[in-house]
Amino acid sequence: MNLLGLYNYWIVIALMMTGFYLVIARANLVRKVIGLNVFQTSVFVLFISMGKVSGGSAPILADGIVRYSNPLPHVLILTAIVVGVATTALALALIVRIRESYGTVDEDLIHEQDRDS
Amino acid sequence: MTLAHLPVLQVAVPLILAPVCALTRNARAGWVIALAGSVWSLICAAGLLLRVLQLGPQSYAIGGWEPPWGIALHIDVISAFVLLLLGAIGVMVTIFARLSVEQEIARENISLFYTAYLLCLTGLLGITATGDAFNVFVFLEISSLSSYAMIAMGQDRRALTAAFQYLVMGTIGATFILIGVGLLYMMTGTLNMADLAMRIPAVNDTTTVRAAFAFLTVGISLKLALFPLHLWLPNAYAYAPSVVTAFVAGTATKVAVYVMLRFLFTIFGASFAFGALPLSEIFLVLALVAVFSASFVAIFQEDAKRLLAYSSVAQIGYIMLGISFVSATGLIGAVVHLFNHALMKAALFLALGCVVYRIGSANIDAMAGLGRRMPLTMAAFVIGGFSLIGIPLTVGFISKWYLVLAAIERGWWPVAVLVLAGSLLAVVYVWRVVEAAYFRPAASEGEVREAPWALLAPTWILIGANIYFGIDTDLTVGAASQAAAQLLGSGAIR
Repeated sequence: MNLLGLYNYWIVIALMMTGFYLVIARANLVRKVIGLNVFQTSVFVLFISMGKVSGGSAPILADGIVRYSNPLPHVLILTAIVVGVATTALALALIVRIRESYGTVDEDLIHEQDRDS
Repeated sequence: MTLAHLPVLQVAVPLILAPVCALTRNARAGWVIALAGSVWSLICAAGLLLRVLQLGPQSYAIGGWEPPWGIALHIDVISAFVLLLLGAIGVMVTIFARLSVEQEIARENISLFYTAYLLCLTGLLGITATGDAFNVFVFLEISSLSSYAMIAMGQDRRALTAAFQYLVMGTIGATFILIGVGLLYMMTGTLNMADLAMRIPAVNDTTTVRAAFAFLTVGISLKLALFPLHLWLPNAYAYAPSVVTAFVAGTATKVAVYVMLRFLFTIFGASFAFGALPLSEIFLVLALVAVFSASFVAIFQEDAKRLLAYSSVAQIGYIMLGISFVSATGLIGAVVHLFNHALMKAALFLALGCVVYRIGSANIDAMAGLGRRMPLTMAAFVIGGFSLIGIPLTVGFISKWYLVLAAIERGWWPVAVLVLAGSLLAVVYVWRVVEAAYFRPAASEGEVREAPWALLAPTWILIGANIYFGIDTDLTVGAASQAAAQLLGSGAIR
């Protein structure tokens, strides 16, 4: 197994760390949500990668198809994508409400206001 | 026979009631539907516990698809026990919610609040009932998303930032669990818990399985607010509406502990989980740090809800301490404390809910002199506080007893001493509230009346349970010892 042959897993790790870094390092709440999305997407790629069988086709019952990719990870990820969309929607809705009551979406400024009150 | 369908019905009914509740757009109708859903899940849970105790574990294949291909629900003693707890707390909190929610949440949002509540209950019941690792993730997200929404409904604007912080940390935790489940699927090709447990030993010497184990442990620890990962909890509990705090404190972290037990003992097996890594030592240290640091921080809080929130982090430390012993007695302690802590925290937060209902704040200074003005509410708080400390004849004593016993059994005398020392810190922070309520003159001249019966009744029923299960431990310790035997048994086979 050579390292380049596993390039999809390198992409997973790179995306995962990028997303994680965005969540931790950014004070802007919207950027945090974007980071969270990148982080989740890396996991989607991980699942899809593991379902792939080299040389395999789509799992269709038809003549001549003997090798096919595992469809289960795709199904799982469909569910996970829905969960991710719901999370993003809720997070953005919260951000809208936060902006209405604080007038900012910057975490540091919000903390400042909370300390003063 | 319908009884065989109980495992799925108890999850499905609240799930179906949730959209119905959203459609009514009527506060009272929403409450009735939420109450119906909670009572239903309590009845189902009681029925399931009886069946499990008589007939052994119950399996249910959803849609008739046989496991390991289809999704299976699997109810054994510990899941039935946790389901019963969820149902009981759900019913009490819902009864309490009618008046409390009317006051704390805008009228047009009340039916949506009950929708979120029913979804949260569904998610928690689902996590407990399922026998499928991926299903755990899905139900976990259902319960988490609805609890973020419920927390954000708090009156203070800081509820919004607390909910957002919880959302970010909760999503990271859930995604870690997803990664862990994915890596396990990669190695074993199955998601069914029983099947996983059978196939993991063959591959457990691989980096992938170890990585899966690490991701799952950290992800679940985030959800259950184990010490360094607890940062979301104090704000979320402090600013959420009173009923939400009581419900989430009594259920969400407890279910996360259940998931931890499932993965550590049923899926990975105790010999791998505690053999491959010094996990027992890690948990022991983190649990003790949690007990002391959180109790210490609790002492200096100005707000009683926040004080109890930090106390929750400390109590979760006790539960993890029980797990870290990896012995039958330790697990009995952990499972009993899981149940008991849910009872005492739900009761205490409901008592604070009564206070907030009358004086509009849970600030300790604002509670001055309340002992004379709201005698029944404060008496409930005091008994709940006794239970938190672990005074005999309350449930807290039973938990501490088993934890100390387990520590002595392992020969860890200093740990036993530390458990008792932790209780002394609990005395200090409970005393702060008691001192304000009973020994300080009333803060304001205004007339404060006792909370209405609709709020006092559920509070006192839970307080009564705190005393009842402190005296008659047949159900709790009986179920916990069977659960401990099952959990350790599945680890001992390999």
